[in-house]
Amino acid sequence: MSPLQLRLAGLGVVVLLALAPALLSAFSITLMNFIGIYAIAVLGLVLLTGIGGMLSFGQAAFVGLGAYATAWLTAKQGYSPWLGLMLALVLAAAVAAILGAVTLRLGGHFLSLSTVAWGIAIYYLFGNLPMLGQYNGISEIPAISIGALSLADSKSIYYLIWALLIAALVLAANLLSSREGRAIRALRGGRVLVESLGINPFRVRLVTFVLSALLSAISGWLYAHMSRFVSPAPFDVTVGVLYLLMAMIGGMGHLAGAVVGAAIVTILKNSIQDWLPRLAPGASGQLEIVVFSVLFILLLQRARAGLVPFALRFLPRVQPRVPIAEPALDRRLRPARGTPLLNVDGVLRRFGGLVAVNSVSFEVKAGEILGLIGPNGAGKTTMFNLITGALAPDQGRVHFLGQDITHQPQRQIARAGIARTFQHVKLRSSMTLLDTVLLGIYGRTSSRFFAGTFGLDRSEENRARAEAMHQLQRVGLDDRAFELAGNLPLGSQRLLEIARALASDPALLVLDEPAAGLRAGEKAELAKLLTLLKAEGLTILLVEHDMDFVMGLVDRTVVMDFGAKLCEGTPAEVRRDPRVQEAYLGGVA
Amino acid sequence: MDAEIATILAMDGIASGAIYLLIGLGLVLIFAVTRVIFVPFGDIAAFTGLSLAALENGHRPGTVGLVAVLAVLATLKETALLVRTRELHRLPHTLLFYLVLPLAPAAAIWFTTGSVLPMPLRIVLALALVLPIAPLLDCLVFRPIADASVLLLLTVAVALHFALDGLGLLFFGPEGVRTQPLTETVLDIGGFIVNAQTLLIVAASIVFSGLLYLFFEFTLLGKALRATAINRTGARLVGIRPTSTASKAYLLGSLLAGISGVLIAPATTMFYDSGFLIGLKAFVGAIFGAMASYPVTALGAILVGLLESFASFWSSAYKEVVVFGLLIPILLWRSLSLGEVEEEEAEE
Repeated sequence: MSPLQLRLAGLGVVVLLALAPALLSAFSITLMNFIGIYAIAVLGLVLLTGIGGMLSFGQAAFVGLGAYATAWLTAKQGYSPWLGLMLALVLAAAVAAILGAVTLRLGGHFLSLSTVAWGIAIYYLFGNLPMLGQYNGISEIPAISIGALSLADSKSIYYLIWALLIAALVLAANLLSSREGRAIRALRGGRVLVESLGINPFRVRLVTFVLSALLSAISGWLYAHMSRFVSPAPFDVTVGVLYLLMAMIGGMGHLAGAVVGAAIVTILKNSIQDWLPRLAPGASGQLEIVVFSVLFILLLQRARAGLVPFALRFLPRVQPRVPIAEPALDRRLRPARGTPLLNVDGVLRRFGGLVAVNSVSFEVKAGEILGLIGPNGAGKTTMFNLITGALAPDQGRVHFLGQDITHQPQRQIARAGIARTFQHVKLRSSMTLLDTVLLGIYGRTSSRFFAGTFGLDRSEENRARAEAMHQLQRVGLDDRAFELAGNLPLGSQRLLEIARALASDPALLVLDEPAAGLRAGEKAELAKLLTLLKAEGLTILLVEHDMDFVMGLVDRTVVMDFGAKLCEGTPAEVRRDPRVQEAYLGGVA
Repeated sequence: MDAEIATILAMDGIASGAIYLLIGLGLVLIFAVTRVIFVPFGDIAAFTGLSLAALENGHRPGTVGLVAVLAVLATLKETALLVRTRELHRLPHTLLFYLVLPLAPAAAIWFTTGSVLPMPLRIVLALALVLPIAPLLDCLVFRPIADASVLLLLTVAVALHFALDGLGLLFFGPEGVRTQPLTETVLDIGGFIVNAQTLLIVAASIVFSGLLYLFFEFTLLGKALRATAINRTGARLVGIRPTSTASKAYLLGSLLAGISGVLIAPATTMFYDSGFLIGLKAFVGAIFGAMASYPVTALGAILVGLLESFASFWSSAYKEVVVFGLLIPILLWRSLSLGEVEEEEAEE
């Protein structure tokens, strides 16, 4: 399917939606209104939980916050619903920012459980505050009006709800294909990768949390002015779980999953309400919860991906837009060949009683490939982590480009120009190769959430895409740019990691055992690439224990054993050194 | 507020804290062994109270039906598994553990319905009746996804709570109940009037936390549970079977929850859905201990009880708001003291 056909299909859906009030019964339109309102809240949950990996049971509470804010301001204070919308948004954003600041640094389940707890707290707050009508709620909420046009009946508010939903979907899609959106998509699966790309995961999480709260607030605002009445019950934690169920049924990882899930659950709920009383008269309300909970558990056990990914398999794929040449992104100034680039000075790191790295010093000069080798347990990986900032040394200093980076966080070191790869490949398997490499460009571009959401980042984005394509070309993966990273064999995944690292335009490339687990052919290919990069003037620090691989490639080597530096020199010198022979072979006869 | 009221509130708080403590210890135990945050422990406590009340009135508790349904489902599932793996010779074992043992207390109650039994027997029966629920739920719900992420397990646990909530109404009805007091003695300690019931609650919680400590330190099973908590793969390598340790952990946790249910039911009116709030307050206590430390969890639970008691004096309508609002500063403290927690979880 070409992009034009996709647009036509989208237009067709919009026309159908616009005609719906003329074609459907009033009851169906009411149902559609609920679907739209739920879908907006669930969209926030998809962004937060499905894509950003933060599980929240508190989405309903944010919806309630929005609904009560506008209900109080319009019904009790007599202001316009549009001011109500402002208040709803401001309040939701403020609460989300505070809660997020407290919980988002903690592990995943703390955040999730605190959403349960504060969801309950807010429910009781609604139920007890006299100014919010306690458990009786607030009634006589005015309808929204646009100029002289009142949206009091369900067929007219229908247009507002679905226009907002479509706008939210388009903006969310914009965001996800932008610089910060890719950062959100990279959040799932651990912090180390995200930090190593120069991304501040806490900031990205916090903004995502606030965005999701804003969507809930809009949903709550619509709910209040559609039902014209609010009470605490629809914002209970049970409903928060129902929103999760919607997201899960639709497909947590897809924006469209929000609409599909909201539609299915709403329609299902409606039909269950029809037939349950016949099965169990008197207890149908509770049985409804049981049916949904059991359905939810079965879904979590058996089909976590949801419906949308399943349906996508049967739909034609949209042709991706291949990046075209653009003016290149700015590059870093390269230090002159031979000048000191990285200086490790007397670095020491203890783990309890074990000294993993013991006062090691060495230097990396611009334009060379330096190998850091040593037998298993020599402290190579610790050294690697000390340089890239994943660990902090107990003593000693690390200088990079004359700047002290000893106690800087990982992401600052990444921004300063040290790019790394991982011994155990860290990729987001559901991102395309192009998006993966674009993640590497994060530090070289500057568009923020707002620009990404409203499409103001196009020129920078096009240049970044062209650059990413160029880096894929460099490692020979450009013909597979739109495949998913998870589908590549290990050798190609290593190359992809190198492309991602190169995309950050590093002054120093640090590779952690890049040859581990590769077949001979793949190793040769990797060696060829590294030689090529060196010829282009890139400095490389190679941590490796495959001697053959290292010796044919590097200019100099540093040998470590039992945490200390054994010696350093050219490959030939090191090979002759009896201490090295003893370390590797256990003594010479 | 004068000193006398403060003392009464403090004693009240410690008593309810002691109840959250027992459930909180169970939560930490299950989380350590299975990584499941077993939200329904509160429901287990509530069901125990409700079952006990039914036994007192000579009714057949709704739990009998619940256990029967779960036992039959679990037996069917396990038998199907045996058929698939061609291990039908283990069928008697399966029948014994998934059908006969869970149903034995239910059967005992079935045959004694109508006659009112003495109190200690009633308590033992109520506990025995409720004990199999959590292990059976584990078998049906959590075992198939034992390797899933903490967040997925948590989502399942929350959904499971709501399922139990609905079933609770079905099996127990909407009426609230209070059981007979375990003791009606009132003690006069140095001028303070103390309910023996309160002392009993505190004593029980001290005794059972002590027993738990002894169990972990000095029994092989306790050590196996601790080993599983520290390193699951390592525990497997030395021959500890994760499914059976999980079942035992659930039994132990249920026992703690059941005892707290027995203790709380004479003091508070129990409804089919009372368990959620009780469980969540225990959880707030467990957060103090970062879901890992038993002693800190115990302290946290007592603190929650005290806070709740004083908050309800100040304004009983807002006590839940205060208790759950408290979570925010605790989490802030935790996030400052623990720093950022690195979680390398697989993408799902």
